[in-house]
Amino acid sequence: MASKKFLYVNRKAPHGSIYAQESLEVVLIGAAFEQDVTLAFVDDGVYQLLQNQDTAGIGAKNFAPTFRALGDYDVSQIYVERESLEMRGLSKEDLMPLTYEDEDDDWAEKDSIHVVSSDELADIIEQQDVILNF
Amino acid sequence: MKFGILINEGPYTHQASDSAYHFTEAALRAGHQVVRVFFYHDGVNNGTRLSVPPQDDRNISERWSALGQKYDLELILCVAAAQRRGLLDEDEAKRAGKDGSNMAPGFQISGLGQLIDAGIQADRLIVFGD
Repeated sequence: MASKKFLYVNRKAPHGSIYAQESLEVVLIGAAFEQDVTLAFVDDGVYQLLQNQDTAGIGAKNFAPTFRALGDYDVSQIYVERESLEMRGLSKEDLMPLTYEDEDDDWAEKDSIHVVSSDELADIIEQQDVILNF
Repeated sequence: MKFGILINEGPYTHQASDSAYHFTEAALRAGHQVVRVFFYHDGVNNGTRLSVPPQDDRNISERWSALGQKYDLELILCVAAAQRRGLLDEDEAKRAGKDGSNMAPGFQISGLGQLIDAGIQADRLIVFGD
């Protein structure tokens, strides 16, 4: 069967609710199914990718380091909505670096994160077969 | 049309499970196929057999069980989400050394792979959440 295009839309902050953490669990399990996987981060979801997260003060699990494993799972299409970043006073420099090794380019290390406008993200959403919204 | 259904919220607090129920029931009644109903996040709480709502209100988990039985519908709770929230079938209860299981009839525990598989098999995966 031909693979489908799966998009995971992450809309919520990493802590305060469990959606972000459990969404990442779906992405990692889903990566084993050899489908085309894309992640989008919008609204408070952009906070999930912030650098140097420290959850000691709230006693919750810090799952942010798990995002760094995505490249190894062949998840390399990560889109962050520019408007969501700007509204929160953030830029790409505030996000953790996420990379993958491109097998079609002699395993060169490349950036997985692309900051895109709301309009560009709408086009990306339009291209998907399956959209999981967390 | 083949539908997959994902429910991300528990019963009563949010409308998600009610909306999903009405959608699923209407789709099946209209002759569509529902490949699987998958319960994730607090959605797993829809699968408890121990909920006792007031008599003049709907019983959400019983309603799902009845729909499942009528249409031979797969009602799947994510195992990791269910274990976190204390939703256990007899096998899981035994494995975890707990003194009881609480799953409603017709529900089964399985892995997240079943959600991805629903996305692959279905023409449309419909997400009901907050």
